[in-house]
Amino acid sequence: MSALRTSAAPVALPAQRDRSGSRRTVPQRLGRSLTPWLFLAPALIFFGVFKFWPSIWGVYLSLFHVQPYLGDQWLGAANFTRTLDDPDLQAAVWHTVLDAFVQVAGSMLVGFVLALLLEGPARHLRILRTAVFLPAVIAMVAVAELWHALLFPGRYGAVNSLLGDVGLGPLPFLASPNSSLWTIMLVQIWKHAPYDMVIFIAGLVGIDRELYEQCSIDGANAWQRLWNVTLPALRPITTIVLILGLIRGLRVFTEIYVLTGGGPGGSTESIVTYVYRNVVVNNDIGYAAAISALLLAATILLTAVTLWWRRHRENA
Amino acid sequence: MRRAQNESLHTVLGLQARNGPLALILKTLLYGGIILVFAGPLLALLAGAFSKVPDPTKFSLWPHDFTLGNFEVAAHRGVYRYLFNSFVVVGFGLLLQMVVSVFASYALARKKFRGAAIVMLLVLATMMLPEEVVAIPLSVVLSDLPLLHVNLIGTYLGMILPLGAWGFSIIVMTEFMREVPLSLEEAARIDGAGELRVFWSVVLPVCRPALGVIGVFGFTMIWDQYLLPLIVAHEPSQFTLPIALRTLRTDDQVGIGVLLAAALLALLPSVIAFLLFQRQFTRGLSVEAVGR
Repeated sequence: MSALRTSAAPVALPAQRDRSGSRRTVPQRLGRSLTPWLFLAPALIFFGVFKFWPSIWGVYLSLFHVQPYLGDQWLGAANFTRTLDDPDLQAAVWHTVLDAFVQVAGSMLVGFVLALLLEGPARHLRILRTAVFLPAVIAMVAVAELWHALLFPGRYGAVNSLLGDVGLGPLPFLASPNSSLWTIMLVQIWKHAPYDMVIFIAGLVGIDRELYEQCSIDGANAWQRLWNVTLPALRPITTIVLILGLIRGLRVFTEIYVLTGGGPGGSTESIVTYVYRNVVVNNDIGYAAAISALLLAATILLTAVTLWWRRHRENA
Repeated sequence: MRRAQNESLHTVLGLQARNGPLALILKTLLYGGIILVFAGPLLALLAGAFSKVPDPTKFSLWPHDFTLGNFEVAAHRGVYRYLFNSFVVVGFGLLLQMVVSVFASYALARKKFRGAAIVMLLVLATMMLPEEVVAIPLSVVLSDLPLLHVNLIGTYLGMILPLGAWGFSIIVMTEFMREVPLSLEEAARIDGAGELRVFWSVVLPVCRPALGVIGVFGFTMIWDQYLLPLIVAHEPSQFTLPIALRTLRTDDQVGIGVLLAAALLALLPSVIAFLLFQRQFTRGLSVEAVGR
C-alpha cells in the first residue's frame, strides 16, 4: 500500500520530458529508474514476508529441536537423518507419489474422454459442459465433505445403496485401509477431470479441421483420425498438464484431511498431513520443518527439470 | 451431402452428425450417465440440504419433506458467522491481491528496467511455494512478523495478508498489459499525464477483461484456502466456513441435513462466481494451460 502514496506525482511527471530526449537532471533520472520498483514494492514485500522468508526460516528451523519458551536446541542434520529411517514418513511418501500419479493420469484420461464426447458447438453440448465443469470450481473442502456424506456410513452409504440397486457392492470405500486411498483418488478424479476436459477441448478447437478432412479423403475412420491427427496435436498440452499435476499432487492435503484424516491405520497419510500431524499431535516443529524443506527441494528439483526439458525440446 | 460430411468432421468422433434412432438413444444414455456422475452428487447435496430428515443410506436427487429447517439449525451453530468470516477474508483479500497484482504487472509489462528478468523469475518461483509447503515456518512468521513483531495468529489479517500477492494473477495480468499499444500511452503522456494517470486511466481500462480473469481466479483461490485458516484461526469464532465444516460434522447434535446445508453455503459462492463469469474462467484456463 505504501507504493500507492509514494509513487504519486513527484516521481511521475519527469518521465514525460525524458521520452522527448531533453536534458535530465539527476533527481529526474533517479525518479525514472525508481518508478518500476515503487510499483513492484507491494508484491515484493508480500512475497518476501510470506513466501521467501518462511522458506528460509523453515530450513533454519529444521536444524533445531524447536521448543517454544524453552529455547531451541541445535541438532545439526539430525532431523534429516531421522527422515531416512522413519517408516511412517516412507509410507506417506509412497502414498503421496502413488496418489499423484493415479489421480493425474486418471483425471487426464477421463477428461480426455469427456472432451471427445462433449466437444462441439451445439447448444445442448455447451449446457452439458457447464454442468460437468461444476465440480472443478467448487472448493476442495466442499467436495470432500459432500463425498464423505455420500460414502458414509460404510456399507450403508448413499453410493452403496445406488450400487446395490444395480447389483454391485457394498464396497467399504473409506472404511478399509485397502480401499481408502483409491477412494480418495476417485474423488480427486471427479473434481479434476472436468478441468482437464476444458483444457483438452481448448486444444481440440485449435486443431486444423483441414487435417480431419484430408484424413477422411484418405479413407481413415474416426479412430484412425483420433490416433493419427488428434493425439499428436494434443501432446504438448498433455505433457504440461501431466507434469504440473504431478508437482501439485505432491502437496495433497485438504481432501485427505477432510475425508480420512490420514486413516484408517495411516493408510492415506500423505506427506503434508504427516507434517501437520507432527506439529499438532507431536509438537515437533523442527522435524516437520525438515520434511517440508525436503518437499520444497523435491518441488524445485522437479520444476527445474521440467523447465530444462521444455527448453531442450524447443531447441531440438 | 457435402455439408453433412463437413459437419461430421467438426469433431474428432463426429458424434453430432449421427442422428439415427439408435445413435440418439445411445447418445442420450451416454449424456445421462455423464450428468449423473458429475452433477448427480451436487443435486443430492441440494436435495439433502432441503430435506427434513435426509436418509444417508439413500441416494436421492430431490428433497424429502421440503424444509428450510436445516438452515435455521445451521444458524444456531454459528454457520452464518463462519460465512461472514469467509466473506471478510475473500473480500479484503481479493481487493488487496488485485491491487498488488495490477501494480506489479504494470511495472513488469510497461517498464524496461534492470532486474526485470530476476523479478519475473522470483514471481515464478513463488508458484513453487504454496501454503502447504511453507505452512510450518509461515505459522511461526505469522506469530511474530519480522521487523514489526506483531502476532497475526487469530486475526483476519493473518488469513488475508499471506494471500496479498499471487504469482498466477501477476503473470496473467502482465501478459495482458504487454498487449496494450504503446501509442495509447504516449498520446496520454504528451497530454501531460503522469505515471499514475497513465496507469489508472489508460492501461487499466484496456485491461478490464483481464481484471475479470484475475478476479474470478483470485476469488476461488482465496475461497479454497484450507490449511492457512486452519493454522491462523485459534477459536471457533475465527473459523472460516470451510474449516468449520469439519467441526460441524463431528458435532453429534447436528444431523447430516445441517452439514449438507452448510456445505451448500460453502460451495454456492464459487458456483455463482463461475456462472456469472464463465467467459473469464475459460479464458484464464487457456492462459494457464497454454501460457506456461
